Formats: sequence, structure tokens, C-alpha cells
Amino acid sequence: MSVLVYTESWNGIFRKSSFETVSYASETAKVLGTDVIAVSLEDVSDDELNKLGNYGATKVISVPNINKGDSQSAAKVFLDLSSDSSVIICSNTYTSKMIAPRLSVKMGAALLTNVISVSEGSDIQIKRKSFSTKAIETAKSNTEKTILCIAPNSFGLIETGGSCTIEKIDFSESGSLSFDGQETASGKISISEAEIVVSGGRGLKGPENWGMIEELADVLGAATACSKPVSDIGWRPHSEHVGQTGITVTSDLYIAIGISGAIQHLAGVNSSKVMVVINTDPEAPFFKAADYGIVGDAFEVVPHLIEEIKKLKN
Amino acid sequence: MNILVCISSVPDTTSKINFTENNTKFDANGIQFVINPYDEFGLTKAMMLKESTGGKVTIITVGDTTVEAVMRKALAIGADQAVRVNMNATDSFSTATEISNYITQNSFDLIIAGRESTDYNGGAVGGMIAEMTDLPFVNACIGLEVEGESAKLIREIDGGKEMISSSLPMVIGGQKGLVQESELRIPNMRGIMQSRTKPLQVIEPSSNTKNTSSVNFENPEAKGSCRMVDASNVSELVDLLHNEAKII
Ligand SMILES: Cc1cc2nc3c(=O)[nH]c(=O)nc-3n(C[C@H](O)[C@H](O)[C@H](O)COP(=O)(O)OP(=O)(O)OC[C@H]3O[C@@H](n4cnc5c(N)ncnc54)[C@H](O)[C@@H]3O)c2cc1C
Ligand SMILES: Nc1ncnc2c1ncn2[C@@H]1O[C@H](COP(=O)(O)O)[C@@H](O)[C@H]1O
Repeated sequence: MSVLVYTESWNGIFRKSSFETVSYASETAKVLGTDVIAVSLEDVSDDELNKLGNYGATKVISVPNINKGDSQSAAKVFLDLSSDSSVIICSNTYTSKMIAPRLSVKMGAALLTNVISVSEGSDIQIKRKSFSTKAIETAKSNTEKTILCIAPNSFGLIETGGSCTIEKIDFSESGSLSFDGQETASGKISISEAEIVVSGGRGLKGPENWGMIEELADVLGAATACSKPVSDIGWRPHSEHVGQTGITVTSDLYIAIGISGAIQHLAGVNSSKVMVVINTDPEAPFFKAADYGIVGDAFEVVPHLIEEIKKLKN
Repeated sequence: MNILVCISSVPDTTSKINFTENNTKFDANGIQFVINPYDEFGLTKAMMLKESTGGKVTIITVGDTTVEAVMRKALAIGADQAVRVNMNATDSFSTATEISNYITQNSFDLIIAGRESTDYNGGAVGGMIAEMTDLPFVNACIGLEVEGESAKLIREIDGGKEMISSSLPMVIGGQKGLVQESELRIPNMRGIMQSRTKPLQVIEPSSNTKNTSSVNFENPEAKGSCRMVDASNVSELVDLLHNEAKII
């Protein structure tokens, strides 16, 4: 009856969202009176796998030769491993959302995505973000088994100081996709997981002015993001576009610079805990949604802000 | 190429979202419905593929009669024919079941869904269709080139992209990048005239097994007022973030 949790890894490394899913699984397991088994795909070292114990996994099953993008094979692995589990948990990433829908069909299990709360009983009922974070839905599972995809940064990490055993299994099947390589910006902090996000809009006038945005992000250890028009005109890459039709931001701190605060932008960023706005126009709608605001020219305010933060950090 | 584009009809992105019947039902009163933004990219991509390789573009929507306005818009953009499954789509499993049935009864080289719908944000229908029809699936697709019986794809991954090849038929979950924003097609007068006479077939659902149900909805808590800091006093902001919000 263990709770099964898929801990997604990137090039052999777990991220905060992987540990968050294990913490979430542990809370769920407490409610159900059972334990947590983590499943890891792709090659991950024992040292890294052992970290999962600290968040409540008692056992880790490592399946090194399955590519996580191969949802056909991944779903088969999970089907095999889940015969004894009524709840399966994963993160709300694009990759997990290739595997989870397949698995839900295979298992006849309900699938609930974008989940932000733990079910209080064994009949699974949770809160989830819907209508592009303009609403929170309470939804329930009508089936015996349920798969939950947890929204990143919506559930805190809970360290238990525990440890886990590791079991490796060989699974040699592969699906019909062929994977021809990846391109990733190395060293960049991912927006969906970042604790702080620094975001720039059309008010910054041109791509040449992003130096100060990057520097501010750098001193804060933050990810950089942008509004939709900024990525549409090509000032910044598409992967930085946040909002209703871009990446959803759920950071602790979101700093919006030269962004007006259109409803489609706000919809994707307003689940951040604290929002700071810097804008020349006191009437910019963003001030209505923000916690702290400065009416001023970004080209004057941001360099000062960088200086002040550097002072603080020293 | 025979292409199926799954289109969901969603509230316009500027809509204020409200609920009725004791917060159990979405209040569609006064709401303008549009083609789900992710599906718009898929529809335009389908039109382009049809123009370069020949074939036909069919759109399918699961919904009651109210979704037909959005379906006519897709026809006006250039889809050849439309199919509506006459069922209220409130659960991704039952929606995917109906679309899969249609795919099995007709044959398609490519099925394009969106990464997610902006109303219930399930992000599930495309993957479920792939499993039900036993086809390969690539989600969050930002690039697609078809060469004969196979496809080269790019998918968005956390912090980057991944290149993939697949045989056809397959299912994709599309989004911006499939085509650029500037390439998106909008209906012209001729398209709108033609859309009125294009076939819009209505079929009845085969079953209606819902794996999930909605209990109720709430709107997120409203923020308190914004604390303004003078532009000449940036250190105060840093102080507030450090000592009050305790966030840096
Ligand atoms: C279907 C649809 C989906 C959409 N999805 C998204 C989405 O996901 N994300 C998104 O961001 N948008 C989205 N939009 C677009 C959205 O409606 C707005 O057009 C967009 O967010 C505006 O971007 P912006 O704030 O950067 O630019 P603008 O609206 O042009 O605002 C620029 C701001 O900068 C300020 N400014 C100017 N100079 C300075 C300066 N020197 N210092 C400081 N401030 C300055 C101005 O006062 C202004 O408030 C969508 C629109 C549609 C129709
Ligand atoms: N009612 C529907 N009718 C047709 N297609 C749908 C419907 N709901 C969802 N889809 C398709 O599935 C994608 C993902 O939707 P969802 O799983 O609801 O987030 C959408 O972008 C559509 O392409």
C-alpha cells in the first residue's frame, strides 16, 4: 500500500521539486498510514539517490536505463511497480505530464494535476490551481487509485533525517521515440523552481539593457524572466516568457521591472508570495497586485537596488 | 496528410473568473470564449502542413452547443471540417475517451492537442489520447517538421530543449514555437463566409465515465494594498524585503 513517488532528475541531479514531491508523499503516507517508495529513472548516483531518504522515502527503486522522455516505457515501469499502491505522486512538469496521463489510462486511475494541498483522508480530495491561477478548485478522485501531479513550490520541504535503501532494476524495453540530443543553458536557474525571479518587460526598451536585470538576478541568486511581448520580439528567449501562456511563477519573491501588469501576465505570476514592482507609471495595473512598489525609472532604480543588495550581502 | 486538431473552447484570457451555484459551477455569463491559446498554434501548424503536403485538417471539440462559435472560428481560419462530441467536458479522461474513439474510427497521420487548456489546466488530454490509441507522444512541443512517414520534433524541457524523432502517426501537445506568434492566422472575410457552409458534424458520446469530479471553486485571496517606497530611497525597499518580508 506504499505511496509511490516519481522523483524526476536532470542529468543525474535531483532538484528542489523532486524533494518536494517526496515531502508531499510523506505527508500523504502519514494520512494513509503507510510508507513512501521513490522511483528514479535515468542514471543517478547512489549518493544522490540517498538524499531522498532525508525527505521521507524509505526505499528507492532506481531504473537507470529508461529515458524519462520515453513515456511509453516509463508508464510501463510505473504500472509494474504500482500494483500495491493506491496513490502515485509526481511533479507537475512537462515530462511527468507525458508519463502520468498514460499511466492513469493503464491503471484506470484518476489523474489530478497542478495540485497544491494534501488530501486529508484516504478518499483523495485536494485543492488544485485552475483557470490559470485565477481560481482554486477542490477536486476529488472517483476511482480506487489516484495519480497526483504537484505544482512546484506549492509545498514546503520537510526534512526527516531518515535514510533509504536502494534497489536497482533492469528494464530493457524502449518505446518508439528516438532522442537526438538536448540543448540546455548550463548554470541557469530554472524559473519554475526559483525562489526569486527577476523579470523585465517592454519598459526596458531593448535587449541591450538586460545587463542590469541579469546582474540583479545574479546578486540575488535569482532566475531571469520576461513578459510575453519581450520574448515575441526576440529580446529574450521564449523559455523566459512567464504568464498565463508562458511559464507559471510560484517563487517567494517576484520582481517585475518595466512590466505593466496585464491580466494575462498577472495570471501566471500572482502565486508568488511577495511581488515587487518598479514602473515609471503610478497608474500601472501591476501596483494593485504588488506588495511593494517603486514609481521610478528602472534605469535609475535598478542600479541602486543592485548596490544596496550587495551591501546587505556583504 | 490527414491531421486532427483537438480544440478546447476557453474563456478569453482577459476574463474575470466567477462561479455560481454555491461556487460549484463556472459562471459563463458575459464570458467571451476563444480557441485555447495553445491550440491556436497547433491549428496554424496543421494548416501549414496541409499546404505543403496536401491532405485535410479536421478539428474536434468535446462540448455542448455553446462551443460551436469557437469551432466555426477554427473553420474560418481554414480547417476543412469539424466534429463536435455532444458532451459537457468536465473530466480529462472522458474527454480523451471520446476523442480517441473518433481517432480509432477514422485514421489520422498526426493528432495535435495543446500543452494544456487555460481553463481547467489539466495538461492531460493529449497524453491520455496517446495511450488510448497506443501512439507516441511528445508534450510541450516547440518545433515540428514532417518528412514522409516520420517527424522531427523539439520539445521544451526545464531550462532548454530536446530534439526527438518519431514515426507517424503520433500525438503532440503543442504550444508557441510550433509556429511563431506572428504567423498565427486570423479569420478573414472569405474564411468566415466559407466557414458557414463547412461540415460540422455532431456525434453522441459513447460513454461518460468520469474519473474525477469537481467539488467547488474559490478565488485566490486578494492581496492587501501595495506598500510604496520612494525612488530615491531604494535602501528602504531592501530593508523591507530583508526585515519585514524576510525574503532576501
Ligand atoms: C491570448 C493572450 C495571452 C497572453 N499571455 C501573456 C503571458 O503569458 N505573459 C505576458 O506577459 N503577457 C501575455 N499577454 C500580453 C499582455 O496582454 C500584455 O500585452 C503584456 O503582458 C505587456 O507586456 P509589458 O508589460 O512588458 O509591456 P507594456 O504593456 O508595454 O508595459 C511596459 C511598462 O513599462 C513601463 N515603463 C516604461 N519605461 C519604463 C522605465 N524606464 N522604467 C520602468 N518602467 C518603465 C510602462 O509604464 C509600462 O507599464 C497575452 C495576451 C493575449 C492576448
Ligand atoms: N473539450 C475538449 N475538446 C477537444 N479538445 C480538448 C478538450 N479539452 C482539452 N482538449 C485538448 O487537450 C489539450 C490539453 O487539455 P487539458 O488536458 O484539458 O489541459 C487542449 O489543448 C486541447 O487540445
